[in-house]
Amino acid sequence: MAEVKLIGAWFSPFSRRVEMALKLKGVEYEYIEEDLSNKSPLLLKYNPIHKKVPVLLHNGKPIAESSIIIEYIDETWEGPSILPKDPYERAMARFWVKFIDEKCTVPMWKACSSPGEEGEKAKEEAAQLLKFVEEEIKDKKFFGGDNIGLVDISANFIGYWFGIIQELMGVELLTKEKYPNLCEWIDGYINHSFVKDNLPPKDKMTEVFKAFTQPGYSGYKPKV
Amino acid sequence: MADEVILLDTDFSIFGMRVRVALAEKGIEYEYREEDLANKSPLLLEMNPVHKKIPVLIHNKKPICESLIIVQYIDEVWKDKSPLLPSDPYQRAQSRFWADFIDKKMYMPGRKILWTPKGEEKEAGKKEFIESLKLLEGVLGEKPYFGGEDFGYVDVALITFYSWFYAYETIGEFSIEQHCPKLMEWAKRCMERESVSKSLADPHKICDTVLMLRKKHGVE
Repeated sequence: MAEVKLIGAWFSPFSRRVEMALKLKGVEYEYIEEDLSNKSPLLLKYNPIHKKVPVLLHNGKPIAESSIIIEYIDETWEGPSILPKDPYERAMARFWVKFIDEKCTVPMWKACSSPGEEGEKAKEEAAQLLKFVEEEIKDKKFFGGDNIGLVDISANFIGYWFGIIQELMGVELLTKEKYPNLCEWIDGYINHSFVKDNLPPKDKMTEVFKAFTQPGYSGYKPKV
Repeated sequence: MADEVILLDTDFSIFGMRVRVALAEKGIEYEYREEDLANKSPLLLEMNPVHKKIPVLIHNKKPICESLIIVQYIDEVWKDKSPLLPSDPYQRAQSRFWADFIDKKMYMPGRKILWTPKGEEKEAGKKEFIESLKLLEGVLGEKPYFGGEDFGYVDVALITFYSWFYAYETIGEFSIEQHCPKLMEWAKRCMERESVSKSLADPHKICDTVLMLRKKHGVE
């Protein structure tokens, strides 16, 4: 029986982050795909509070919430460090992950999916917030420095998913003109060996996003 | 060389109080600076340009923002005294999970209780708030603290809400003791610690301020 299991969803950036972290550390694991429109007894047992993926099971013990799982992986297994060692740098890494996840993602998503004025307002808000991220990546190859680290792994929505939604919906938010450093990071990121094998295929993601925007769609949709 | 530690905060902030408790647990000397959020200081805007919020800890001129990130930083830097996070990685993950739960499932429902007029939204806030507290009471179980035998990270994350309980109860018209007696026992146990009793703001002053602001903004 596998010592490490991951309950995930192939299209979820949160799930893919954990896979990236596991692979960086060379951890062997059993992957269990979850149908989020019909949640399994397994998921409900191991994440009764939030009922979401990803959930890591290590020797039968569950850990939920991607950023918490990634810190756990970093602390438990040897291999390249995901978080910096210095407490101040660790605090900064945690800060940027929280900022990107809690502040940037929703307006970015709404900029592409909300109609009319709501979409325009979201676009303006996202544009302002992304300036901070642009500033942060300015003089660095990766957020983690020379190598990918916690922030790079966690910024995968900006790094990959958003580009697909943006293109599909014809929105020009994250462009080379406005965010040259962030776009350069994206190029390096999606070609990085540990990242590119952990991204869902673009055509399949495009189909998923198309489905989200269809009227009468009744399957799983991320809550935004 | 002595550490220079400055805390930018406001006296009633649930989040700021967490940092005060953590600093007191570790016996760290620091300079407290009260911010006027209607007139933010240049220092606050410089040290937290992204959110422009308190609390901000400035340690040897370097800023750290977001209360739980600050508490973890304090625990990692001043690691030789009163550890707040457990040493076992799995227990640490559980502590982080519950602190994250507290942030996600208590603050906003609490705001609904205090700042919305009588009606559905307020009642929904109350329901979620009580449910969250009950869940946390279950997590506490028979332990003296969320940290087990010792006061820890989750205790820090939650205890500061205690100073706002009187306001929630008064304005929400409910009794937290009635729903969660064991949690109230835990809160009183925490208040016996000087680090907590000296860091938490006066519940009656908080309630008076909320009532005054509600009246000012015409919230019924």
